[in-house]
Amino acid sequence: MPDETTTLEIQRYHPETDQEPSFQTFEVPYHDDWVVLDAINWIKDQVDGTLTYRWSCRMGVCGSCGMMVNGTPRLTCAVFLNEFHPNPIRVEPLAYFPIERDLVTVMDSFMEKLESVKPWLIRNEGEEKPVEEGEYLQSPAQLAKYKQFSMCINCMLCYAACPVTGLESEFIGPAAIALGMRYNHDSRDQGREQRQEVIASDDGIWKCTFVGECSEVCPKNVDPAGAIQQAKVESTIDWYTSLLPWARK
Amino acid sequence: MSKPYTPTMPRNWWNTNSAFRFFMLRELSSVFVALFVLELLCFVSQVGRGEEAMNQFLVTLGHPLYMIWHAIVLGFALLHSITWFNLTPKVMVIRRGEERVPDVLVAGSNYVACLVVSVVLWWIVGG
Amino acid sequence: MAKSNEPIVWSLFSAGGVLTALAAPVLILLLGFAIPLGWINPSFEHLSSLVAHPLTQLVVVALVSLGLFHWAHRFRFTLIDLGLHSLETVITVACYGGAIVGSGVAIYVIWL
Repeated sequence: MPDETTTLEIQRYHPETDQEPSFQTFEVPYHDDWVVLDAINWIKDQVDGTLTYRWSCRMGVCGSCGMMVNGTPRLTCAVFLNEFHPNPIRVEPLAYFPIERDLVTVMDSFMEKLESVKPWLIRNEGEEKPVEEGEYLQSPAQLAKYKQFSMCINCMLCYAACPVTGLESEFIGPAAIALGMRYNHDSRDQGREQRQEVIASDDGIWKCTFVGECSEVCPKNVDPAGAIQQAKVESTIDWYTSLLPWARK
Repeated sequence: MSKPYTPTMPRNWWNTNSAFRFFMLRELSSVFVALFVLELLCFVSQVGRGEEAMNQFLVTLGHPLYMIWHAIVLGFALLHSITWFNLTPKVMVIRRGEERVPDVLVAGSNYVACLVVSVVLWWIVGG
Repeated sequence: MAKSNEPIVWSLFSAGGVLTALAAPVLILLLGFAIPLGWINPSFEHLSSLVAHPLTQLVVVALVSLGLFHWAHRFRFTLIDLGLHSLETVITVACYGGAIVGSGVAIYVIWL
């Protein structure tokens, strides 16, 4: 153990024995080039093998290692110890999710919400291009319309940053709406009407109060807050146009 | 065994970090703006009642306590305007081909519009 | 079908937000400071004829009405977010109802 150490206060929860979570303090070696994930991995290797958490790529593309670091949702593979050292670093599971064990959250509701916006290309009946006719061509301008929203790595930091997800469990949330918009704005897609059932519902965009923290914490600059407000504008225009007599079917 | 722990949302969630606190202030600005437009309505009504009524109203408005009130209201109105203009680029995305009009231009045009409206209104009311 | 009717109130909220964001600061400066403190001295005749002008009346009614709807929509969500979820219906009716009443008052006052 080198001379310099830093302090991590990690939230623990053992479903077999605990009624509620508690904190455990660890002294870890301090290295200038270590990230919080390195420190957590060191603890699991050297101190307490029971420490339970998710991680994978350790380079900010898989979205697995999201946790609350000093109260803010971060990817722990992207937060350097030197951002806080010598102050202690508090690590908790992502906010507003049920906790399975230690730093592992229950993701089921998130997966359901993603699925609810039908995140796949939808073609109208009889308008599917046969393989022999080649790919659906798309210009750079058409790609630009949805590219930003396609960068989501499903890390759930936006859910942990959004107070509405904590207050209203049925709110489908930032990532789900951004994902829906990614497909709505894709020139190859014809499924917008089907997605609007969920996106333009009371549990969809209309629960959002534009706090904006989702976009602030997003590690991939997806700007889900922007996606939601744009969806509000689009849905409002839809709503008014549907009142016009010639728009009704 | 699986026994998930579901944390409860604290009553004071909005006071737990600076971003949420700022958000609450921003939302509350609408209260002060609403109170002001009602005050504006009162003034217009008093003008309609005659010169004496209008002057009486203006004398009341000259009181130091009203000065403090209006300073607070102005603060909140500016908070509303600035946050509103700065958020506009997220709501209104204008694209030409692959290029997107820079956020600073979208927000900036709002500030310019505000300045124009302000100058025009000042000139109209000033007489 | 779960399509919401929120767009109506949201468009009123947005319109109110834009209008007040553009006009409120200067109007507060005028009514709260410039006129009472004498930075400018519009005559009663000027203000009176200004207030009588249909365009002014339209703008004032729009400001009051949309400003109130802007408040109503924001305040409704704020109260619910502060934990008053169980009173949602009461809050919604009170807020938008207040805005509707306020709009009515504005139209009535301006009409006279």
